[in-house]
Amino acid sequence: MFAHEFMRNALLAGTFTGAACGVVGYFVVLRAQVFAGDALSHVAFTGALAAVAFGVDVRIGLFAATIAVALGIGGLGERAGADDVAIGTVFAWILGLGVLFLAIFTTNRSTGNGTAAVRVLFGSIFGLSGSEAVVAAAVSVAAIAAMLACARPLLFASFDPEVARAQGVPVGLLGLGFLAVLGTVAAEATQAVGALLLLGLLAAPAAAAHRLARNPYAGLALSAAFAVGAVWLGLGFSYVEASVPPSTAIVTVATVLFVAAAGVERSAAPRLLQWRRATPR
Amino acid sequence: MRIDAALFQGLSWNLMADVRQLVAYPFMVNALEAGTAVAVLAGAVGWFMVLRRQTFAGHTLAVIAFPGAAGAGLAGLPLAFGYFGACAAGALALAGVSADRSGSHSRESAATGAVQAFALGLGFLFVSLYHGLLNGLDALLFGTFLGITDRQVVTLAVVATAALVLLAVVGRPLLFASIDGAVARAAGVPVRGLSLAFLLLLGFAVAATSQITGALLVFALLVAPAAAAQQITARPLRGLLLSVGIGLAVTWLGLALAYFSIYPAGFFITSLAFAVYVVARIARGTVRR
Repeated sequence: MFAHEFMRNALLAGTFTGAACGVVGYFVVLRAQVFAGDALSHVAFTGALAAVAFGVDVRIGLFAATIAVALGIGGLGERAGADDVAIGTVFAWILGLGVLFLAIFTTNRSTGNGTAAVRVLFGSIFGLSGSEAVVAAAVSVAAIAAMLACARPLLFASFDPEVARAQGVPVGLLGLGFLAVLGTVAAEATQAVGALLLLGLLAAPAAAAHRLARNPYAGLALSAAFAVGAVWLGLGFSYVEASVPPSTAIVTVATVLFVAAAGVERSAAPRLLQWRRATPR
Repeated sequence: MRIDAALFQGLSWNLMADVRQLVAYPFMVNALEAGTAVAVLAGAVGWFMVLRRQTFAGHTLAVIAFPGAAGAGLAGLPLAFGYFGACAAGALALAGVSADRSGSHSRESAATGAVQAFALGLGFLFVSLYHGLLNGLDALLFGTFLGITDRQVVTLAVVATAALVLLAVVGRPLLFASIDGAVARAAGVPVRGLSLAFLLLLGFAVAATSQITGALLVFALLVAPAAAAQQITARPLRGLLLSVGIGLAVTWLGLALAYFSIYPAGFFITSLAFAVYVVARIARGTVRR
């Protein structure tokens, strides 16, 4: 299994991307920003296809689109009064734009087929080159380092923004910075598991960890471990059973972990209630 | 693909000639008929969905429609079967989940996110097992208006009619229960049964809409017209009619534009629907001031 270069690249990129998703995802779940993650995955699709349609490197489109929109979400914040209805309408339109770029791409090149869209939507972790894998690992390490560096104030701001603000924690700035990191990780993970399955890697391991861990730092570590484990198991399974796409296998493992965690929590509920009560909302 | 006959002359800017050309092909007539059925159903059900703030349920059902359809394709069943089966099952599951609403919002949305991603992954697996290839994937996700068969049109029309009749029957109590659930319950309205019935209706509407707009663009017809209508008027009957009207206009225009251009219908329908919504919001903002 390790003899193949594509497998080594996939493991290198997948391990670090998974860890970054686990760490960032834990904060996403804590801060109840799953919808922001959902939004960014839609944007990632359109950004990548826009880049493809205009002949730019996919990664430029991915990072530019997700980070710009992440900052936009943070900047508008609550003030815009965006509800589910507005968000849903905007997302449908953003995806519609993505379809337009896809059409431009396929009509511009007579050889064009649906592969570009499939790569963006469902990822192509086995198709990463060595340099791409190294870049993915580097970006992920940077994202993890950024998250850990401000983990303490960010946790504080996530649990109780009012008290944190009163204590002089720059809550708004932290939120903005967090969304920027989330955008970066979303762009990176899109290449591994795809825009549509990104939410699985972001939300499922973190939600599982959130149900099991007794304190936030343990939760962070557990979430990262779950995500990396999901990537490893998924890649291994997909290697053995080639008809199953790697991204499907990864997300399936993550979902199974989540369901198992929910089951464990239910059977051990009284013991864990104390930490649950300390968790806001 | 569709520019293969002498009939196609491009846009002439002569409205009558353009319309005549639009309905000259059977496939286009089928598309318009199916689009009409879907737009009416989605406009009416979507109005209630927006009123009841169940857009997230609609989104989840739409995502579930994708593996349903892909699985049906893999098993050799008609796609419509997969769409409706998966959405009905999803609606029942959602009703079950919301019945024991104990978890907090953050936990619930994380769980839903995980389930959605899993459903999409499952759909991708079915498509890649099927080898029926990538064009099929595009159609499932982003819709197609080419190659809608007569049978599909009939199925959609029957489903739409049945759903609309059901909606007309439960409309009044449903409105009551949607606006003030507690009072409705006190007045003896079966709120629980109604919400289950509505989720099933929503499932059917989503399944029907998916076949035209694809699983990912369902919101264009389900949410945008209804949201625009509710920006314009708060009166139920007018709002419903307006929502249906906007849905119809958006669908017809979108299909026509797609016919005369090289770009996909999904893009035009989503863009038009979004534009109507934005205009309605801005108009409401200026009127208020």
